[in-house]
Amino acid sequence: MIEMQKLYLLVPMAPLAGALIAGLFGRLIGTTWSHRVTIALMLVCVAASIAVFVDVLKGNVYNGSVYTWMTSGATHFEIGFLIDRLSATMMVVVSFVSLMVHIYTIGYMREDPGYQRFFSYISLFTFSMLMLVMANNFLQLFFGWEAVGLVSYLLIGFWYTRPTAIYANLKAFLVNRVGDFGFLLGIGLVLMYFGTLDYATVFAQAPQMAAQTIEIIPGLPWMLMSAICIFLFIGAMGKSAQFPLHVWLPDSMEGPTPISALIHAATMVTAGIFMVARMSPLFELSDTALSVILVIGGITTLFMALVAIVQNDIKRVVAYSTLSQLGYMTVALGASAYSAAIFHLMTHAFFKSVLFLGAGSVIIAMHHEQDMRKMGGLKKYMPITYWTMFFAALANVGVPGFSGFFSKDAIIEAVHFAAIPGANFAYLCVLITVFVTAFYTFRMLFMTFHGRPRMDHHPKEHLQESPWVITLPLIVLVVPAIGAGWLIESMLFGDYFGSAIQTGSQHEAIAKMATQFHGVWGMMTHAFTTMPFWFLVGGIFTAWYFYMVKINLPEKIKQIFGPLYTLLERKYYIDEFYSWFFVGGARALGRGLWKFGDVKIIDGFFVNGTARVVVWTAMLVRRFQSGYIYHYAFTMIVGVFVLMSLWLYRT
Amino acid sequence: MLFGFPLLSLVIWLPIFIGILVFATGGDHNARLAKWLALMGSVLSLLVAIPLYTQFDPIMSGMQFVEYHAWIERFNIHYHLGVDGVAVPLILLNCFTTPLVVIASWQVISNRVSQYMGAFLVMSGIVNGVFSSLDAILFFVFWETSLIPMFLIIGIWGGPNRVYAAIKFFLYTLMGSLLMLVAFIYLYNVSGGSFSILDYHKLPLPFVPQILIFVAFLMAFAVKLPMWPVHTWLPDAHVEAPTGGSVVLAAILLKLGGYGFLRFSLPIVPDASQYLAGMMIGLSLIAVVYIGLVALVQTDMKKLIAYSSVSHMGFVTLGFFLFNAYGIEGAMVQIISHGFISGAMFLCVGVMYDRLHSRQISDYGGVANKMPIFAAFFMLFALANAGLPGTSGFVGEFMVIMAAIKVNFWYAFFAATTLVFGAAYTLWMYKRVVFGVVASPGVEGLTDVTGREILILTILATAVLWLGVYPLPLMEMMHTTVDGLLAHIAHSKL
Repeated sequence: MIEMQKLYLLVPMAPLAGALIAGLFGRLIGTTWSHRVTIALMLVCVAASIAVFVDVLKGNVYNGSVYTWMTSGATHFEIGFLIDRLSATMMVVVSFVSLMVHIYTIGYMREDPGYQRFFSYISLFTFSMLMLVMANNFLQLFFGWEAVGLVSYLLIGFWYTRPTAIYANLKAFLVNRVGDFGFLLGIGLVLMYFGTLDYATVFAQAPQMAAQTIEIIPGLPWMLMSAICIFLFIGAMGKSAQFPLHVWLPDSMEGPTPISALIHAATMVTAGIFMVARMSPLFELSDTALSVILVIGGITTLFMALVAIVQNDIKRVVAYSTLSQLGYMTVALGASAYSAAIFHLMTHAFFKSVLFLGAGSVIIAMHHEQDMRKMGGLKKYMPITYWTMFFAALANVGVPGFSGFFSKDAIIEAVHFAAIPGANFAYLCVLITVFVTAFYTFRMLFMTFHGRPRMDHHPKEHLQESPWVITLPLIVLVVPAIGAGWLIESMLFGDYFGSAIQTGSQHEAIAKMATQFHGVWGMMTHAFTTMPFWFLVGGIFTAWYFYMVKINLPEKIKQIFGPLYTLLERKYYIDEFYSWFFVGGARALGRGLWKFGDVKIIDGFFVNGTARVVVWTAMLVRRFQSGYIYHYAFTMIVGVFVLMSLWLYRT
Repeated sequence: MLFGFPLLSLVIWLPIFIGILVFATGGDHNARLAKWLALMGSVLSLLVAIPLYTQFDPIMSGMQFVEYHAWIERFNIHYHLGVDGVAVPLILLNCFTTPLVVIASWQVISNRVSQYMGAFLVMSGIVNGVFSSLDAILFFVFWETSLIPMFLIIGIWGGPNRVYAAIKFFLYTLMGSLLMLVAFIYLYNVSGGSFSILDYHKLPLPFVPQILIFVAFLMAFAVKLPMWPVHTWLPDAHVEAPTGGSVVLAAILLKLGGYGFLRFSLPIVPDASQYLAGMMIGLSLIAVVYIGLVALVQTDMKKLIAYSSVSHMGFVTLGFFLFNAYGIEGAMVQIISHGFISGAMFLCVGVMYDRLHSRQISDYGGVANKMPIFAAFFMLFALANAGLPGTSGFVGEFMVIMAAIKVNFWYAFFAATTLVFGAAYTLWMYKRVVFGVVASPGVEGLTDVTGREILILTILATAVLWLGVYPLPLMEMMHTTVDGLLAHIAHSKL
């Protein structure tokens, strides 16, 4: 057992060591050694993760402390690990994708002056993310939570001379902080009522708290569990970019592409999903919270997918696709199908990183051109990129047999079976989105790889497939992107997660699905008779018709539905509203409080006013001491006169 | 335990003595000697203070390292020193900061070097006196004399508007402390002729006098801390003060106010403290939110950090007046952490100011292109200022928010807005100053940090990270004292 603990520690510490070496001594050891060291340490990390995973599959679960962070009152705040099937699965996914991204980075960032810094950041990110998923308490979760946010901030702003990048990273950090604000309050409520932040204790006591109420607004009792879960979910909304805190994710594409794949598709943005799944013993106690999650997830799924239709930047299409897929995962959480959410998280990590890394490969070939209107016909120049992206796209849209099909279909089914308020709305959203997803994904493929080349003469001459450091990760990642779905039987219905995920008996979506599940082949053959499949086919066909056959049709439709198109293109004007209302509002308020409150009232009236009164009084009093005898005599006569009059009057 | 050895006296008088020696080196032809003497002296003062940590018994309640001698017998005034679990960390912070300030001023200050360096050493000793006095008059003497060196530092080595700022600083804080003296004399009378602070702790007091004493203390401590609305001296003082002055002002002098609440207000007038807790919490939350918004729109970096200090100090008073262990200990951690972070932030601004002679955010932009090492340090401190977990800035804020939620959800709600505002004003400034393309010929000419600057910033960075990753040792020092204080407050004195 002691040996295993060392192994647990090794998993996050290896990338941390890599980050420190590349970060502090990067200049000293040069670019080659920087990537060698970090990648070697990532290999250690992956190997250790797999060893831990294998050990956990044997049935070993570990929950223990590493050190005491601090104590206060009667509370111990610990740093510790909870290693069960949920965290072990996440560890493997995170370290594996991260390793691939490390390798890919050698090719993508080859000529960047910040090469070492980049490796340092992505290793630091891996460390933070692993600490997050391995945590056995809320405090460490929050540590990892904020740390991944930090690295995301650093990486979005990696090219810090670009105004758009440094705008995007500040925005990402602040929007995430809004989510963390809610998250911290949720943690606070947990600490207040449970007296500890340790997962195991909190989850064990949670059922006794189910009937507890709390009056956040006096006179209005709410269920404690609903309050806690909704606050925690606000955190997830920030990190996993759910409406209305989704605004940072599309802008985060200003960062280098490997980051978009690692952080903003595969791992960090799924932290919120992971967190809710981890907290399933709490969320199961609140139908209200689950309903909120369903509705938020539904909105995100559909409305973000719609925006993807009108994007012309290849990375932004994938970004909005990510938002929409995160919406799917959220919907699954709301339907109490936590295992389906984690399953989709995993398959999505693989196929979406292929899409992102593939997009990156295209961008390099196009000399950092990201506009799809200037691409076309790339298939023959970049066959590996094309085919890997093509398979990932099939997974993304959910073609039977590919990983995304199993995970997404499971979610759609689960929502169908869910019986809490909001389920119908969410079901409608995820169903329509199947069509939209198929449409935008194939629109992207057609515009990029098929049809007539639309680029200028110069880039066209230099078009070529990317080097092996770029295509190798694509190939390695596309294997699970295609095949990971076949794990559905064990992951969803085989009690794979054990006690790590708990579902209340009243929420029986997964249980109902299990009764209707007849193996993966059964699931695939059944799919042909269901709506999602035909929505999918319709989406692909429409994209084909619009972008391959009648290529001037989209332009016409755009003109007919002008306002609608503008609405989508402006992303529902949410950014404009936020920057007017929140950013502008805070600055106007701050300026008002400063210029009026501090400068005019406190300093102007009270402080300088006091000084002025002292001066005036002194000036006034000074007049009485003029030094002329007749002044004093006159004053004395007046005084005597007044005193005499008073004395006479009184008698 | 070093019984009988006057360790506290040494910690107080050694820096003052060396400070006077530094003065004695005279004019600027001896500047080198003055600097080295000041550096040796400040490091030596830090070293002699270390037994305060190693020999301190965290389990023992009550005062340790006590020294007790008659001073003015006619009024029963004693030279009475002693420290507990909240005083020791503050003394150590103070001793830790002085060498950094001396090193930071090494090349920057070129006129009246001996007086500048000497002033910091003398102030360091005086402040140690404030933190270890157990006699009210002794305390008052140290408290008031601590104003003089800072008044001179701002008034002589400050910026163009230094005289206004120095006088504002001096009068503001002097006015506050006068009422405190009145309270001491009142307590002297009702206690039957004692100036012992520990006697005052036990002294029963009726309600109305408690309120009046509380208000008198509040005037002194609120101005010092500073609390909203008596904070306006701080931005002016910081803007005009030289870098070293700003560092000591933010890292040490503000803490005198926080310490005062713990040593005087809470234990001497516990009933009034609880009765007026609502008001104190209200003022603290205004500081957090209002000042957070004001900081957002500042155009001068030093002013921005000064306002950020006020906002962070809001957490200190908030923590104190929640009356639970998380709150008081969190506030103490916030005090120590803010010492590191604000000191580091002012040093960072100082590093840029020394090169470009401007504090205006708009004069910068793209500093990272020219000063990458500096940019990394500044990033770390900016994030700590924004309360990122893993840095010391998180610990105190986290604990106080946890304490607040126990008392009232909405206290925690407003306090937690700092997560957003703190990040917004700090990182927005960082973005405009450090990121972007090189904005001006001035920035183009910047050179990265020197070895001397790297040394100071590394020391502070280590402190910030260490306290963020492993705050346990600091917490363990305070537990007994804080538990004792809470038990004491729980007993009514009426």
